[in-house]
Amino acid sequence: MLIGVPRETNAGETRVAATPATLRQLAGLGYDVVVEAGAGALSSFGDDAYAAAGGTVGTAEQAWQADVVLRVNGPTVEEIANLKDGATIVALLQPALRPELVEALAQRPITALAMDAVPRISRAQSLDVLSSMANIAGYRAVIEAAHVFGRFFTGQVTAAGKVPPAKVLIAGAGVAGLAAIGAANSLGAIVRATDPRPEVADQVRSLGGEFISVMELEVSSDGYARATGEDYNRLAAEMYTEQAKDVDIIITTALIPGRPAPKLMTAEQVALMRPGSVIVDMAAAMGGNVEGSVAGKAIVTDNGVTIIGYTDLAGRLPAQASQLYGTNLVNLMKLLTPERDGQVVLDFEDVVQRSMTVVRAGERTWPPPPVQVSAAPAARAAPARVEAPVKEPRPVWVRYAVIAAGFLALWLVNAFAPDPLPSHFTVLMLAIVVGYYVIGKVHHALHTPLMSVTNAISGIIVVGAILQLGEQDDAKVRVLATVAILLASINVFGGFAVTRRMLGMFNRG
Amino acid sequence: MTDSLVIASIDWHSVATASYIVAALLFILSLAGLSRHESARQGVAFGIAGMAIALAATIGVATEHAEAVAVVLLVAAVAIGATIGLWRARVVEMTGMPELIALLHSFVGLAAVLVGWNGYFSVEDNAGQTEVLGSLLDIHHAEVFIGIFIGAVTFTGSIVAYLKLSARIRSAPLMLPGKNYINVGALGLFVVLTVIFVISPSLPLLIAVTVLALALGWHLVASIGGGDMPVVVSMLNSYSGWAAAASGFLLNNDLLIVTGALVGSSGAYLSYIMCQAMNRSFISVIAGGFGIEAPASADTDYGEHREIDAASAAELLTGASTVIITPGYGMAVAQAQYPVAELTRQLRDRGIEVRFGVHPVAGRLPGHMNVLLAEAKVPYDIVLEMDEINDDFGETDVVLVIGANDTVNPAATEDPTSPIAGMPVLKVWEASNVIVFKRSMASGYAGVQNPLFFRENTQMLFGDAKAKVDEIVGALAADRVTA
Repeated sequence: MLIGVPRETNAGETRVAATPATLRQLAGLGYDVVVEAGAGALSSFGDDAYAAAGGTVGTAEQAWQADVVLRVNGPTVEEIANLKDGATIVALLQPALRPELVEALAQRPITALAMDAVPRISRAQSLDVLSSMANIAGYRAVIEAAHVFGRFFTGQVTAAGKVPPAKVLIAGAGVAGLAAIGAANSLGAIVRATDPRPEVADQVRSLGGEFISVMELEVSSDGYARATGEDYNRLAAEMYTEQAKDVDIIITTALIPGRPAPKLMTAEQVALMRPGSVIVDMAAAMGGNVEGSVAGKAIVTDNGVTIIGYTDLAGRLPAQASQLYGTNLVNLMKLLTPERDGQVVLDFEDVVQRSMTVVRAGERTWPPPPVQVSAAPAARAAPARVEAPVKEPRPVWVRYAVIAAGFLALWLVNAFAPDPLPSHFTVLMLAIVVGYYVIGKVHHALHTPLMSVTNAISGIIVVGAILQLGEQDDAKVRVLATVAILLASINVFGGFAVTRRMLGMFNRG
Repeated sequence: MTDSLVIASIDWHSVATASYIVAALLFILSLAGLSRHESARQGVAFGIAGMAIALAATIGVATEHAEAVAVVLLVAAVAIGATIGLWRARVVEMTGMPELIALLHSFVGLAAVLVGWNGYFSVEDNAGQTEVLGSLLDIHHAEVFIGIFIGAVTFTGSIVAYLKLSARIRSAPLMLPGKNYINVGALGLFVVLTVIFVISPSLPLLIAVTVLALALGWHLVASIGGGDMPVVVSMLNSYSGWAAAASGFLLNNDLLIVTGALVGSSGAYLSYIMCQAMNRSFISVIAGGFGIEAPASADTDYGEHREIDAASAAELLTGASTVIITPGYGMAVAQAQYPVAELTRQLRDRGIEVRFGVHPVAGRLPGHMNVLLAEAKVPYDIVLEMDEINDDFGETDVVLVIGANDTVNPAATEDPTSPIAGMPVLKVWEASNVIVFKRSMASGYAGVQNPLFFRENTQMLFGDAKAKVDEIVGALAADRVTA
């Protein structure tokens, strides 16, 4: 089959869907490849390099008429008309954001695969464009900031005086954030990073960053106080206010899939930064993390802070970005060509292929069924709170219903029970509550002594047996009561004695 | 004779009531005291005082009009019980604590059954009685039944737990078909029997419910695997409390109700904490149905494990600056706590930071490891629980895993198909070096293979834990002499 690589037509797009290196790999899978003349020019890949790698350089017409068309950006509606019947197109289609494109694709008897719809499972990591591009973008964000920032990143002591190192704060330690931490650290800056997920702290430190935890501000030593969402936001805001006064460069990377980017910094906090400081808002395309950022532009605020909102950070490293994207495509083609014979086989049983397919032979297949994401990465991400994915929480009303039924039953019993019973129930309920609270903060090491003391105390049943022995003169009762007293006494004396023995051993070092 | 006159002139019932209030308060203070190291001894003192007051007042009431024969029986029973109890408490090995406590629970259960039976003989079976009349009589029927039921379940449940813990029966869970239906069916049958008994009390019914409850208690605990025994013991503790509370209803005795409810709710809460530590559902524990994990798939090839000898282990330890020891049930079995404590002292003398990481369900009893380490005089402030220490493994040079297996199994966090998936574990594999003390490559209580043993930073030290730790201590001492 023939693979076509047309030139990108989006304004500002510098990347290309195949490089000479990936072209060679595609050829190895049994495909012929035609590249539109000038397709790789902006990524510094010349037509002759493609030809040398075994491809054909052709016209736009030839590239679009291929059996499989590889692109970076999705086609425009006019470009869809260029595809031949039965063709397959692979690109960043953004199916969730651009329903009209999906609609237009479904009008034609073609198949469309969205590279940005790869499920986030470990098997599909080699196809994951979002990660590969975020990695580049994170690096580039630091470079853009360094370009605007009028000072050294690294600290120096020279004959002409001392230069302090730049302080960089990275908000969000995902792929982009981690790449930014590594880049800023290797430039010599003091790097701090923050993320709501405490478990990424180790990753941050491994790249030379200092992890700032919003949570540690309020989690008390016993670990019982948990921040609510509101508390968290307030504390995060305090943290940003404090950091804004201190750091020179802030790079924000916070994105929530399918939702506008969360606002991390207000205009007031930006105004606290020193003149000459730089903010790179990597989420500008999705509305921005920083108030005042403009997508695609660098602006300067009244107090001289530059806010960079470029949305094409990955494309600013076009050769590398094309290479990584091209490799993602090669990995996809490997998946689609199980026989390595140059024939595309789309297997809908495979969740990766199913999830990516937006249109199959003119039939709309978006959105795909939800993917069962393997629990392993999730469990590793949050080992302290693993019960969450395992247990399906029951609906709230069930819990309330159970509680209500319990109270009702209790009320009924007491409302109709004759005299001594309600007072016994009062005592019972109070004692249950007291028992619960009294035990609430027991130290783990004391579990065994506590249990043996409660065991001794539950020997109080001896009281009942003694009373029965004293009040009844029936021989049967006497024998049974005596045995009960004996058993319970073992409990009382043994339990207390063994507890004392155990506690005698606990020593502070 | 003048003595008895003075005693007779006191209204023992109001004295008893007053004493019971004081005793109940002392019990509450006792439990509260036991939640902290500083006040733990005081807590026991409060408990003993409460019990003494309660007993004195009760004996006063009981002997007021009692015949000599009853008084003799009473004194004899208490004396014998006290002797046996004190003797057992003195001679028990600290490693045998779980068994002892399980056995003691069974005594409370059996006592509750006997009190319930006595309740029947003295009221239902006693045509001349005038104490309980009218609708109160119906309630009394139900109370007898409930008391016997809870007591009997506690009794056989504790016996089974005792047998499993002392390895007298196999600890593997009993898997009867439809076990949950058996449990629910037994409960349903109990309700039906109770209704019939309330309508027309009779001795056969009483025997029937006793047998039913005994069987249910046996089945509940028999179907739970040995690895889950810490929760079971704590749960039985709670049951024994409820048994006492039920007897309190039966005898119109508030002290029994208060104390039983205290023990019952605190035991239940303790079990709940345990369940969270093991990522189990509390409800399924109470229902006795949580040993139902599927057997592990043993086909996976984990690769090769590496061995180390005691001398090299000693060398590794002397080169370390931080060491964490994670003990498990194997340490208790091998009685290795003393050599471990000695090893700790030696390493600390050399300026090496040694700490202990104790998993909440390590051992066969909540806090089992702490008791053993305390017995060997390991200072309790270096014995930390899982949450306190789990983040520190990454900065640790050497971790010694002594007789622990499932509680340090990385499969729990990494393999979602593992039977122990989701159970919080000690992340020992994050340390630079892990030395695992183990008798063989057999799997742990949960029957799950442990990928930890095949990690690159893990080395196995096969043999009896006590002997091996002794060897390391010897090597360290020798090293010190030559140095």
